Amino acid sequence: MTKKFTKDHEWVQVDGDVATVGVTDFAQSQLGDVVFVELPDAGRVLEKGKEAAVVESVKAASDVYAPVSGTVVEANQALVDDPSMVNSAAEGDGWFFKLQLKDASELDGLMDEAAYKAFVEESH
Amino acid sequence: MRYLPLTEADRQSMLEAIRATSVEDLFRDVPKAARLAGPIGGLPNHMGELEVERLLGSMAAKNVPAGSVPSFLGAGAYRHHVPATVDHLVQRGEFLTAYTPYQPEVSQGTLQVLFEFQTQVALLTGMDVANASMYDGATSCAEAVMMANRVTRRKKAILSGGLHSHYRDVTTTDARFIGFEAVALPAAPTGGEDLLALVDDKTACVVVQNPDVFGHVRDYTDLAAACQAKGALLIVVVTEALSLGLLTPPGDMGADIVAAEGQSFGNALNFGGPYVGLFAVKDKYVRQMPGRLCGETVDADGRRGFVLTLSTREQHIRREKATSNICTNSGLCALAFSIHVSLLGEAGITQLAQLNHAKAVQMADKLAAVPGVEVLNDGFFNEFTVKLPKPAAAVVEELAKRRILGGVPVSRLYPGEMEDLLLVAVTETNTDADMDAFAAALSEVLA
Amino acid sequence: MSMNNQGRPSAIPAGAASFDGVTGTVTGNRGLQIEEPLIFEQDSAGRTGVDLPDVPKVASRLGAVKPRARVGLPGLAEPQVVRHYTRLSQKNYAIDSGFYPLGSCTMKHNPRLNEKMARLPGFSDVHPMQPVSTVQGALELMDQLAYWLKTLTGMAAVTLAPAAGAHGEMCGIMAIRSAHEAKGDSGRTKILVPESAHGTNPATAAACGYSVDAIPATADGRVDLEALKAKLGPDVAGLMLTNPNTCGLFERDIIAIAEAVHAAGAYFYCDGANFNAIVGRVRPADLGIDVMHINLHKTFSTPHGGGGPGSGPVVFAESLAPYIPVPYVTHGKDGFALVETAGEGPAFGRMKAFHGQMGMFVRALSYMLSHGADGLWQASGDAVLNANYVMARLDDVMTASFEGPCMHECLFDDRFLKGTGVTTLDMAKALIDEGFHPMTMYFPLVVHGALLIEPTETESKASLDQFVDALRALAERAKSGDVAYFQAAPRLTPRRRLDETAAARKPVLRWTPPVPAEALAAE
Repeated sequence: MTKKFTKDHEWVQVDGDVATVGVTDFAQSQLGDVVFVELPDAGRVLEKGKEAAVVESVKAASDVYAPVSGTVVEANQALVDDPSMVNSAAEGDGWFFKLQLKDASELDGLMDEAAYKAFVEESH
Repeated sequence: MRYLPLTEADRQSMLEAIRATSVEDLFRDVPKAARLAGPIGGLPNHMGELEVERLLGSMAAKNVPAGSVPSFLGAGAYRHHVPATVDHLVQRGEFLTAYTPYQPEVSQGTLQVLFEFQTQVALLTGMDVANASMYDGATSCAEAVMMANRVTRRKKAILSGGLHSHYRDVTTTDARFIGFEAVALPAAPTGGEDLLALVDDKTACVVVQNPDVFGHVRDYTDLAAACQAKGALLIVVVTEALSLGLLTPPGDMGADIVAAEGQSFGNALNFGGPYVGLFAVKDKYVRQMPGRLCGETVDADGRRGFVLTLSTREQHIRREKATSNICTNSGLCALAFSIHVSLLGEAGITQLAQLNHAKAVQMADKLAAVPGVEVLNDGFFNEFTVKLPKPAAAVVEELAKRRILGGVPVSRLYPGEMEDLLLVAVTETNTDADMDAFAAALSEVLA
Repeated sequence: MSMNNQGRPSAIPAGAASFDGVTGTVTGNRGLQIEEPLIFEQDSAGRTGVDLPDVPKVASRLGAVKPRARVGLPGLAEPQVVRHYTRLSQKNYAIDSGFYPLGSCTMKHNPRLNEKMARLPGFSDVHPMQPVSTVQGALELMDQLAYWLKTLTGMAAVTLAPAAGAHGEMCGIMAIRSAHEAKGDSGRTKILVPESAHGTNPATAAACGYSVDAIPATADGRVDLEALKAKLGPDVAGLMLTNPNTCGLFERDIIAIAEAVHAAGAYFYCDGANFNAIVGRVRPADLGIDVMHINLHKTFSTPHGGGGPGSGPVVFAESLAPYIPVPYVTHGKDGFALVETAGEGPAFGRMKAFHGQMGMFVRALSYMLSHGADGLWQASGDAVLNANYVMARLDDVMTASFEGPCMHECLFDDRFLKGTGVTTLDMAKALIDEGFHPMTMYFPLVVHGALLIEPTETESKASLDQFVDALRALAERAKSGDVAYFQAAPRLTPRRRLDETAAARKPVLRWTPPVPAEALAAE
């Protein structure tokens, strides 16, 4: 399945009923060097649009919101050990967490890659 | 006016550059009704140094300095001898008049001092890491409880009856507003608390003090382990930082957080402030710590340097989600602490602590020999509790008339309670003559 | 994710090539600039800088606890300690050394008379728990300071307890909450805070159990009165406003703001960080403010000391006067007394151990007596004049965010740097090489790349002119495209740009004793 994007600069990629979530390359470029990430524990129930994780750079701390609702199955431990992966591989190995999808229809409202690119250009 | 360098000629030339007619013109956004027509009424006009010295000097002369008479006051603030070097160094303009080190390239002095201070506090408390100081020991204690709430995601704090009443009150005040539960046990002048029985799976932390407010010294190793087995944190409060030079430190007992008062090193009594709060934690809690932190790094040329770090936890970044609302630390007081500890060194701090303890033992024995007086403590560092046959507050007033500051009545900290108990602190500043004078005067007052 | 776009590069820029301004000295020192190791790296076992009497031979009576083995502190003699701290001090910029235009910090001269007064034994050598009869002069000083603060603000009551500005904010919000609770009004769960507020404001509100709602600013940098009115309702406990605000502007609508807040049954908290603009000329009570904290270390010159200690007394209007914390000073026919326990009255509790930052009270009162009513009138006037002068002289080369007049500080943003590749941060670092501490940067958040300049009244015109000339030259240089110059700055300081990313990723927060050789061999 292709990636979908939120207006808050998260991306989500679904495989079966498991969704992988991260922040976009544009987001990491705005944040600067990431120094720390706070990830949700496995088993935590997340609600679409509500806080799921925190990403910290030296001068800023930003909330990462869940693009879809579900239960966390795995957090990316590699990111905890090396937060710079958010900068170097935001849309790949720098994923934040995986969750078990609650309601696939929530994906319908999200943007595809082209729409997200246009959105970023327009507003920045 | 000696602090204001602008001349009338300056002002005229500046107003021209601004294209304003007068200084008052620059205040035109202030509602007319709120603009005073001239200097405010009810206050005197400016004074030269001579007049200010005379005025404030006469106010100061109405106080009895603790050093001018035999003094045995503790209860959270201790009179120690501060070497002359300390006050000279803290008054260097580059320390005194510098700001928070937000531009590290021109603040390496302040930053290296903070890094050394953090290290000294960690070594003294036996903990992994310490912050760059809080306002005082009591606010440090309250912040420790809030941190325990964050770490455990639980809301109940159990406060030992040996915790200083002011520290208890600051914590319970914060508890009411921030929305956590603080269970304060009754004051325990002879111990006998069963803290462990109260720890359940809703308990975020247990707060104990060592030595406690009555001077008792305890080993909290078992309590630490037991708390942690139930998922709660042990917070140890220390109000007499010099005790850390002699006693097994809280870190070695397994404490999760140490919240302490550092005033004993480098800082005068100053009628209660400014003091310096110490805050130290285990490594795993570093990101949950409130307050400023100084960290080591390198600069563009690869040389070691220091910067404020992990500041994303703090108010200016996280705003409503910050670990605390604290902005300032106790910078200059932390510097004074650090210089004093540096002068003492390992040998000095051990000897000073032993000296305090030995003198306290001598004083306890002299007081125990006064008819009607009982020393309640089996063990203590430099402060102990004495039971009198008459109300302690009245005894202290009588002693004051005889020019002796003979301890702090427990009822001053606990109004209406334990009126026959007196807290007596002894330091290296008390001579044999002081101690004999106190014992003699007490004997007279009680006769 | 929430896009907090204040994130900016923290690693060292590629353009900052290693600059060796000195052809290697053996010591690494550069004339008066000395490389100074940590005190732990200068240890000599057994040395001490203090001579103490012998310990009397008495049996130990510690009780349940064993004496500790060792602390691990280094030993140095007095000369080494003096040299260590003297060398460290020489790496610091300070008000005593030069212009310190940090907006919202009020870096005015710290008079030395204040230090002398604070050190009088009658003030410095008194214990907080001495019998009250032996400290009447100390209580009198607190009472006098309280009188000055109430008179200058027009307010009915004051607490001297809070240890710093943020602590004072907490005290004020606790008072507001206590007042609502006393009326049985428990539905008020929100505090309104302008977008431009200092971070302590929302942090404080949250710390006191409130949720925070932000009020937008208008195009002229002030609180949007209509937006405020729309958000006021029965669920709002109070408004926290800074006035003059963090953009350096006086809130023209403040009286209407106060009326709206009161009409909605809420209280008006003023963050007094910028009081220096109006002290002695405007009384906050006349603006409708209910409660305000004052930073003695800003407006009243108590020294910043490298980051503290501060002192944050709070003044209250009649409506909130009952809700002050303990302790407080009272004056009766028997002299001064101290009320130390909350008891059954409305006092909401205690903020810190003991009575407040007495050492700062002495300094502040010494400052107030020195200036007097006429001196304070002149001080605030000169503070505002200096800021407007700086703004007028920079207007054409930099971009002022709002139309003047400003109050005691002027705000610029980074529009003038657009297209140059030079950031606000780079400008600040270049300013350091020119011998100035930079202005406040990236605050307030309501403009991009903020540069907030507060000269204060203790700067001479010559000092301001020198600063302005340097900034003008730097602005021109940026526009001429010399990005490399800025990215390599500062060059001339004891340390160059420091790697804050590395510091945050792998925090090293203390010196650690090296593992002894025997222990390593045993592994």
